[in-house]
Amino acid sequence: MTAVATPSGAARLGSPAEVVEGLAAVGYLADEHIGTVVYLAERLGKPILVEGPAGTGKTELAKSVAALLSARLVRLQCYEGLDEAKALYEWNYRKQLLRIQVERAEESGGEGARGWRELEQDIFSEEFLLERPLLEAIRATDPVVLLIDEVDRIELETEALLLEVLSDYQVSIPELGTVRARQIPMVVLTSNDTRELSEALKRRCLYLYLGYPSVERERAIVLAKVPGIEHRLADEVVRVVRSLREMELEKHPSVSETLDWARSLVLLGIERVDTSVTESTLHLLLKYRADIEKVSAELATRAPGTSGAGTSSPR
Amino acid sequence: MLTGFVEELRAAGLPVSLTEAVDAADAVSRVTLTDRDVLRSALAATLVKTSAHVEVFETTFDVYFSVRGASELVAGPGAAVPREQGEPDSDGSGPAAGASGEARAGAVDATRLRERAAGALRSGAAAELAAVARAATMLHAGIEPGRPVGVSYYLYRTLRGLDLDGLLAELLRAASAPGAPGGDRILDAPAGPLGERLVADELAARAAKLRRLVEAEVRRALVEDRGAAAVARSLRRPLVEDVDFMHASGEDLARLRRALYPLARSLAARLARRRRHRHRGSLDFRSTIRRSLSTGGVPVEPRFHTVRPAKPEIVVVADVSGSVAAFARFTLYLVYAIASQFSKVRSFVFVDGVDEVTSIFARSRSISEAVARVASEADVVHLDGHSDYGNALGTFVERWGRDITSRTNVVVLGDARNNYHAANADALAAIARRARRVYWLNPEPRPYWGTGDSIIAAYAPFTDGVFECRNLRQLERFVDVLD
Repeated sequence: MTAVATPSGAARLGSPAEVVEGLAAVGYLADEHIGTVVYLAERLGKPILVEGPAGTGKTELAKSVAALLSARLVRLQCYEGLDEAKALYEWNYRKQLLRIQVERAEESGGEGARGWRELEQDIFSEEFLLERPLLEAIRATDPVVLLIDEVDRIELETEALLLEVLSDYQVSIPELGTVRARQIPMVVLTSNDTRELSEALKRRCLYLYLGYPSVERERAIVLAKVPGIEHRLADEVVRVVRSLREMELEKHPSVSETLDWARSLVLLGIERVDTSVTESTLHLLLKYRADIEKVSAELATRAPGTSGAGTSSPR
Repeated sequence: MLTGFVEELRAAGLPVSLTEAVDAADAVSRVTLTDRDVLRSALAATLVKTSAHVEVFETTFDVYFSVRGASELVAGPGAAVPREQGEPDSDGSGPAAGASGEARAGAVDATRLRERAAGALRSGAAAELAAVARAATMLHAGIEPGRPVGVSYYLYRTLRGLDLDGLLAELLRAASAPGAPGGDRILDAPAGPLGERLVADELAARAAKLRRLVEAEVRRALVEDRGAAAVARSLRRPLVEDVDFMHASGEDLARLRRALYPLARSLAARLARRRRHRHRGSLDFRSTIRRSLSTGGVPVEPRFHTVRPAKPEIVVVADVSGSVAAFARFTLYLVYAIASQFSKVRSFVFVDGVDEVTSIFARSRSISEAVARVASEADVVHLDGHSDYGNALGTFVERWGRDITSRTNVVVLGDARNNYHAANADALAAIARRARRVYWLNPEPRPYWGTGDSIIAAYAPFTDGVFECRNLRQLERFVDVLD
């Protein structure tokens, strides 16, 4: 680790348990594992790589950590074809051109020629630099949390762009020199696991896998996020969702879909979940027609008594 | 301790680098070591970087950092049980009457324990489940010091002694019986099939928890007996990416299937990306000029036509004969996974005849259903049900050869063991002439190629590459070279 000052303005995190408490206070229900990883990331000054299926609260975690540290969130949304100019910095060439043209006009006005060297110094200065998220996070003087969202979408070669930032917290600009971070920003990378990230990137990060939460945790999330829901309804909702996740589907319902479903049930004034309610609102949980058909069929054909332990045995 | 742990992870196949080991040590020094879960989280975050490896880590962690305090409870009876079972008469200090009395007490205990287990499963209380797991391991596992058998053996013995499956069926019957008393109800679930399903799933989850607890208990007792390193060694299983398709067990296949979906997705994603970024088109002069207006007529940023290449078509031809049964099953999983990502995938299976199964896949709702239907519906046996590549390829060219175009990628999956039939390599040559690319994936180890009735050498010249494909790692490598 280079000699970079630790964030002075940001609130320090005392212990994993404190992190869990703090995140709960800003509306994110973390378990102890999440708390420990966030705590360590802050202590060791290392980025967190959060991986897991869509809709399990990866991006939300970054936002909540920012809220917890009362820091500004700087977000870099990744997509195919993301390049240096969009991630790090870019020269404002239009402004540079205008500058050159003004220079030329002044010259012809008889001011006397300025050397190219001087001009170069001028147009490759901070004034003409467009900051992109990575550079912005590095140069920030206030506490920031840098969120690099869906990092698995960029190409393997582009990943290399991130390495310098993530390991040394610096950005090299050939014309200006190296920009060092004034403080170590908290960095959160998220990935939907659509491809294997490079070893080099993974080595620099702490790894956090966010899968589907346990019944207890998901129930707590539903109770916290859906106003006016009865405990019993929340319990049934998360149990139905768990049963759906046990089935072989194209896409399993995510936490955000559980919340959507629970909210709709509350709006519809439904107090208990039964087969007909589930069937008529299934489209809120499942987004593929094949899945909906399959689940409806399975719910309907389940004759009483045949549901043995064998069909849903552990493992 | 940490070094040993890291070494065991490496031995189990996890790629733990030096930096990561140092990070782990660093992380451990920042947390309180009294909390086992925090320690586990700290190590997991620094040492494991792939979700597929988490399971291996968990097992190894449990072996190396087992809870010492509670282990005494197991160590006592663990030492006593073999005396009772192994050598009841020769034991000087224990008279025969005493031994049989112990056995009778054991029988009574077993009934009582079964009731207790039923109660624990009914209530689902974590402490009670843990107590049952401990008691059951003491009573039923019969751990013999020094005997080199694995955890799964004792786990099986304990669960059989407890009759977990029977217990679950009983509880389920009691819970779903009409007018069941409040005590028998597992959940306050609504009536109807959905409610039953919720109850069954909850019971299964509790049973799985009990099973995990017993497993941990057995592991703890074994560590006590043989030491962490030896137990960890006996627990080593190949990582999912190293499992050999040809010899995959049922459990391995389940793991493979889970791992296959992300791979199929990444295969699809890679193909899609290659399609879009492969070639840059020619200079788009008009757009460049239009763009240059904002920079005072200086064409700063050249614009290019985007190329829209046709979607690649994939034709998969897979051998599903007995000699590659495990591979064939896996192949079908793979083909199904690819087909669900691409619209233009056509799948064929053959033994000595060949049949198209694209529509079967399209109509099936799940992998397992698709595999079952291929087995029953596809007409792939022409004569005797032994692979005949020559006939299969010949028929393929005859019936579907016209559908293969210069955009088609053909992937043949098979071991090319032809039972000494004619190779009919001309058929493959005809396919290769029409197709864009022909790839052959062979599930046999490379040294066996060309031995016995393997005629891969006759086909190889007409393909764009024959790839050894025995595990996920090699499959991934194939995906890498694919374009």
